[in-house]
Amino acid sequence: MNPFTYERAAAADTAIRAASSHGAKFLGGGTNLVDLMKYGVEHPTTLVDVNHLGMDQVTPTAAGGMFVGGSVRNSDLANNPAIVRNYPLLSHALLAGASPQLRNMATTAGNLLQRTRCYYFMDTAFPACNKREPGSGCAALNGFNRIHAVLGQTDEGAASPHTCIATNPSDMNVAMYALGAVVEVQGPKGKRSIAVADFHRLPGKNPELDTNLRPDELILGVTLPPATFAKNSWYLKVRDRQSYAFALVSVAAGLEMNGGTIKSAGLALGGVAHKPWQSKEAERALAGKPANRTTFMDAANVALTGAHGYKDNAFKVEMAKQTIVRALTLAAQGVQA
Amino acid sequence: MASCTDLEEELVRDESVATPHEPEMSRRNFLTATTALTAALAVGLPHAADAQSTTASAPRMADLLLTINGKQQALPIDTRTTLLDLLRENLELTGSKKGCDHGQCGACTVLLNGRRVNSCLTLAVTLSGAEVTTIEGLGQPGNLHPAQQAFVDHDGFQCGYCTPGQINSAAALIDEFKRGELSQVSFETGKTDHPQATEREIKERMSGNICRCGAYPNIVAAVRALTMGGVA
Repeated sequence: MNPFTYERAAAADTAIRAASSHGAKFLGGGTNLVDLMKYGVEHPTTLVDVNHLGMDQVTPTAAGGMFVGGSVRNSDLANNPAIVRNYPLLSHALLAGASPQLRNMATTAGNLLQRTRCYYFMDTAFPACNKREPGSGCAALNGFNRIHAVLGQTDEGAASPHTCIATNPSDMNVAMYALGAVVEVQGPKGKRSIAVADFHRLPGKNPELDTNLRPDELILGVTLPPATFAKNSWYLKVRDRQSYAFALVSVAAGLEMNGGTIKSAGLALGGVAHKPWQSKEAERALAGKPANRTTFMDAANVALTGAHGYKDNAFKVEMAKQTIVRALTLAAQGVQA
Repeated sequence: MASCTDLEEELVRDESVATPHEPEMSRRNFLTATTALTAALAVGLPHAADAQSTTASAPRMADLLLTINGKQQALPIDTRTTLLDLLRENLELTGSKKGCDHGQCGACTVLLNGRRVNSCLTLAVTLSGAEVTTIEGLGQPGNLHPAQQAFVDHDGFQCGYCTPGQINSAAALIDEFKRGELSQVSFETGKTDHPQATEREIKERMSGNICRCGAYPNIVAAVRALTMGGVA
């Protein structure tokens, strides 16, 4: 690990000033950043500790939603009584991720910024990774690509400086998309709000960028809109072992029901793309329809439109469809919380 | 200087043959002695050290004040030091184990302000003012913590390497149950109001601790006994 200077910030504006120096990074729980520093993937010159800025509260908003501070731990958020009651989808997704130890450390802001677990990104022995070394190519494309993307990826061949088939590994983020969360950030020029769906990026021609957050912008927290899926939601995570593993495919499904009819829906997939994959078309395909298998299959087919797999992950396309149908079925049954 | 063979003979010598005039060299003493020798060799290279201090590779130091097992410690540390390395290398608290060093195995689990964390991914410099409890502070011979006693009673280990982390995790798990905290199994079983300490819940909540010997059935039995309150 390279040497770095440590600064414990006491206020948001001093943290943002400190982060504007070249090579500085904010430090939350450290579960991802410290790990990547050990691997030599990240090498910050300064770590600005943002765990002491009073951003550890979950509070109601005037609009009837909730505001979650950036340094609220994943375990605290998952067990917050108002979150369990009104946003059980978020609680369920958080608890499907990592281990109890890691959830006690990991923060809301840090989880939003969690980097891909692509083997070729995390192992510096592989020279080709456009995300780690822009312009170097993509070792995953013709490598072991079981955990990789089937939607929204950039595939221009292994030597292209744009190719990237990495996936976002977060569970929390998938629920945030289905719930329509908004990320609140502050930079040197003031604050701005970014809809979570616009916060993360597809690789496009810049796979080195995971998000639209600027390096000197601090995540203050996340605003959740008023709850619409409190009664009918489900987070379904499919993986190689039942616990403490990243998703092959996951689905966050929320339904606003009117009797047997779907009034509105939130649907997002994890493990299939460079960012949580929210299908607005699938959400529209569900609205106004009866909550049955035909409706769910139609939505699943719409959500996976254009999906394209590789040697080791082509199974994800059908798996994602079936996972969507099952998650929607369980959400419609209203068995959550 | 003793040859390797001489040292090995000392190391394998039975404790019963050690005399008061010739104290036994334990594995730990041996490691400490050789570490000191290495350090002495390192400080014997002043030119290299001077050159390093002016480069980007020079360590950045910081002062740390924290409480470990009830004892306040003031330490100057390299900012890169993890809590696990601080415990093992600086404070000789070697109960916390380094398995994977990447937050994947749980052998390094300690209690930070009463909550379980992976000490291998915790930078020590962030902990000023914090309280850390390691397996050495959880209980002692003759005054075991209920989680330690439960693992003894149920033979919850084989080689023992993952055991300190397993026991710290189990101790935290009991408190989490008492606070009514949830797991994904609580959702899957529809028990988010009152999660029950079923085998399935215990397995889920202990999944952050890997045991390569596969002592899981007895680990689950130990934790089950703890949650049933017999010894907790």
